[in-house]
Amino acid sequence: MSSKPLVQKSLSATLVHGILICYSILALWPIFLVLINSFKSRKGIFNDPMALPSAETFSTIGFDKVLGRSNFDVYFFNSITVTVLTLGITLLIGAMAAWALAGYKYKLNTLLAFYLAIGIMVPIRLGTVSILKLVVAMGLMNTLTALVLVYIAMSLPLTIFILSEFMQQIPNDLKEAARCDGVSEYRIFFQIILPLTRPAIATVGVFTMVPVWNDLWFPLILTADDSVRTVTLGVQQFVGQYVTDWNSVLASLTLAIVPVFILYIIFSRQLIRGITAGAVK
Amino acid sequence: MPGFAKSGKRFPTHIVVFLAPAVIVYTLFMIYPLLDSLRVSFYTPDDTGALSFVGLGNYETLFFDENWSKGFWNALSNNFILFAIHMLVQNPIGLLLAALLSLPTVRGRNIYRTAMFLPTMMSVVIIGFVWQLILNPLWGVAETLLDIIGMVDYFQPWLGQESTALVTISLISVWQFVGIPMMLIYAALLNIPEELTEAAIIDGANHWQVFWRIKFPLILPTLGIVSILTFVANFNAFDLIYAIKGGLAGPNFATDIMGTFFYRVLFGFQLQMGSNGMGATVAAMMFLIILTGVIIFFFAVQRRLLRHSF
Amino acid sequence: MTSITGFARKGLMLAAVAGVATSMLASAPVAAGTLKIESWRNDDLQIWMDKIIPAFNKMHADIKVVFDPMPPADYNSAINTKLAGGTSGDLVTCRPFDASLALYKQGHLTSVNNIKGMENFSSVAKSAWTTDDGKVTFCVPMASVIHGFIYNKEIFAELGLSVPKTEAEFMAVVKAVKAKSKYTPIALGSSDQWEAATMGFQNIGPNYWKGEAGRQALIDGSAKYTDAAYVNTWKALAAWAPYMGKGYKAQKYPDTQNLFSLGRAAIYPAGSWDINTFNGQADFKFGAFPPPTPAGQSDCYISDHTDIGLGINAHSKNMKDAEVFMSWVASAEFAELYANALPGFFPLSNHKVSLKDPVAQEFVNWRGKCKSTIRNSYQILSRGKPNLENTLWNVSAQVLNGSMTPAQAAAEAEKGLKGWYKPHQ
Repeated sequence: MSSKPLVQKSLSATLVHGILICYSILALWPIFLVLINSFKSRKGIFNDPMALPSAETFSTIGFDKVLGRSNFDVYFFNSITVTVLTLGITLLIGAMAAWALAGYKYKLNTLLAFYLAIGIMVPIRLGTVSILKLVVAMGLMNTLTALVLVYIAMSLPLTIFILSEFMQQIPNDLKEAARCDGVSEYRIFFQIILPLTRPAIATVGVFTMVPVWNDLWFPLILTADDSVRTVTLGVQQFVGQYVTDWNSVLASLTLAIVPVFILYIIFSRQLIRGITAGAVK
Repeated sequence: MPGFAKSGKRFPTHIVVFLAPAVIVYTLFMIYPLLDSLRVSFYTPDDTGALSFVGLGNYETLFFDENWSKGFWNALSNNFILFAIHMLVQNPIGLLLAALLSLPTVRGRNIYRTAMFLPTMMSVVIIGFVWQLILNPLWGVAETLLDIIGMVDYFQPWLGQESTALVTISLISVWQFVGIPMMLIYAALLNIPEELTEAAIIDGANHWQVFWRIKFPLILPTLGIVSILTFVANFNAFDLIYAIKGGLAGPNFATDIMGTFFYRVLFGFQLQMGSNGMGATVAAMMFLIILTGVIIFFFAVQRRLLRHSF
Repeated sequence: MTSITGFARKGLMLAAVAGVATSMLASAPVAAGTLKIESWRNDDLQIWMDKIIPAFNKMHADIKVVFDPMPPADYNSAINTKLAGGTSGDLVTCRPFDASLALYKQGHLTSVNNIKGMENFSSVAKSAWTTDDGKVTFCVPMASVIHGFIYNKEIFAELGLSVPKTEAEFMAVVKAVKAKSKYTPIALGSSDQWEAATMGFQNIGPNYWKGEAGRQALIDGSAKYTDAAYVNTWKALAAWAPYMGKGYKAQKYPDTQNLFSLGRAAIYPAGSWDINTFNGQADFKFGAFPPPTPAGQSDCYISDHTDIGLGINAHSKNMKDAEVFMSWVASAEFAELYANALPGFFPLSNHKVSLKDPVAQEFVNWRGKCKSTIRNSYQILSRGKPNLENTLWNVSAQVLNGSMTPAQAAAEAEKGLKGWYKPHQ
């Protein structure tokens, strides 16, 4: 038992918090900068970008323009629908496939694992033209369904890769014990394996969510109407080449940050719960 | 193994059921479009868009026509620089933050973690815009900050100079994505049984020693995964450079990487026409490069790590 | 917090503009008989919704028109993909020359030879959207843009400067601005590269290479980029560098626009399309002058570049309606409406149009005084690899950055052309 002197302990605690606080500020400050400037007048933004909005510089003209000009609520709804559906389906069928690869040994195992990992290595954009033809042929053009399907395909490889790595670490005895009790393979998966995998699933969930929410390309190609447009695409319209109206740009960026933040807070709770549950076992 | 022997007597329906949904969606919307596009790398379109077979002609052009090969090698070497910066800066920072967060005594870790992960959640539209605002010489955010700490003389238009643009963009990318290694490593650290570390602490080891002697070897496989993911992500990178420097990845192609090169070839740029054939060829090369990297990694590094730790 | 106020605000907005909102929502699923226009002009969305489409509907109430723009940087790739996939809108905004020619050759655009009103366009106006043999025109010309310089009248008055006519006067003015004030003499950045080539090189160049004569000479091979005319253009451009904004190497186009429109720069090398932006954002008076002439030159040349056309998607299901709309685009009414709604985009038809915007009128006046040409890299010369236009962007930016001399820039451009273009070999 060599308990450290209290001074040294608090010193190292200060150091730890010091580093963490510094980095947190570094991470948050640029985003904070967008938020404060979105509530300032044009002159206010350029004269002193780092100042908080004051009585003189406060202005919501950017928000007025953005909200007046576009259906941001429709965009939000679309983005959330697409993201949540993609996430749910990817995690379920991804976990199933990962378990099929990690939990059983059979001839095709390695080959299948490799096959399913190819998608990590290639940008799906490469197949854009073929995807478009496929979507048209299936009559899914201009639907959120098309986006969801493409995003699932895009997210599956990494999901399966990470989850199967994780599942390989689950001790075999658990499975064997259950089998001896005559539990079916499906119940082993859903009642034993899946709960154990929760921390990894939460992590993968966040990784899946980010690129889907932020994707600009497929909404541009696969959707044509305002009614199926996503937030990121809506925002991009204000940040085009000829747009110098920084009030609108900053306001739309702020509007795009908020839902991401909310979504993350929701998932973050799950994530923490998942991680702790996994750690305690 | 014995488990399989038992269930292996009958056809393993459950494995098929587990695999089918993922394999079907993935094959239809990923593999088929990719193969269909790669097939095109052996073809060249004429004016009307009709394709004719040219064998390896496109590959010959890519490597032996100076107009193409110069751009290709430049993009490839820039891409390695991008990757190196991520490995040397992003992953160590991610490891440090995860290690600090996982210390048993740290309070408020959820707040820290949320803060640090937030940039990762943002779209490049936002990231690109805000960093350009900060580094912009005209509006003076970075300059003012450097002035405060007395280093204003060091300020330069980093994003605009051939010598500094790529490094600057790489660091912006590091800033954005550091949350991913941090999260993965953090999750791995939490999964280390407490008995292991507690025993060491009782034996008089400090956190520093516990980390390097006990935790670090245990998370090596995770660090392996982080490295592969970094490699793959960097060689697929595109959006940030496109958002900040445009499709021509200036100045003088100093920020051109495989992703932007591929985009320019496939879709064209301004008056330059896109080419499905050459685009597919570049994509095939990207695929090969990434595949080679991943295979080297798996066989040389990851296998050994796995054997070591388990 | 922010989100709540955001949504509350949105609610208020909805209540206030309920009519507009519902009509937009209702129009969302594009019904048969609705014409959809693809465009990169996302800045113009409001003007199309508020002015242009209502004007069309006064005459053709039965044809519904939707203007659906996308970000300019994504336009070329996205429209190619959409046309290839058969999902593009009925009407397609045409980039000039080869980008649209390729779409026509691939069968994505139809001939517009027989559209009523095509007789209102000169062959020069149509040249940007006509096949090499001159037989088929595939887009109706909509507008051209003119290069020149926009200047801050208040800064000029404050410093007692007069508008420069020659290049020597121009350099004297920027010197004076730099010496006498804190204003940036020239608002131009090299980060986006195209600014250097388009607002710089193609802006002042026609005076050096004598407009059309020089452009044609490059095409038939009798002139080379290494000729004095081109090297001198880059030399003149290089002389600007000391008078550009601080850190201009990282300055992007929106920064440039803001630098000028906030009243911090004296002179802005412009495209006429900037007029509209500055009308909305600048709270000072500004004017325009044509590119200053080099020493000892009496005649002047301007870049009056055919920039936007409108074509019909060959697979449109609303061909009849599309043709009706197209002939309206070719009419005098549209020319008048478009030119005044978007000052700085000048109609290409032969209709007499009166412009209400004084600065736009100033730009158009130069057509009478100077000879017009288009950017010299657009026709034919950018068909090969390396692409001439892209090379010009790169080398012009490098000349401004000081990482290339004018002679090196010229050699690089000529080398690229020599690589694939017979008349230069």
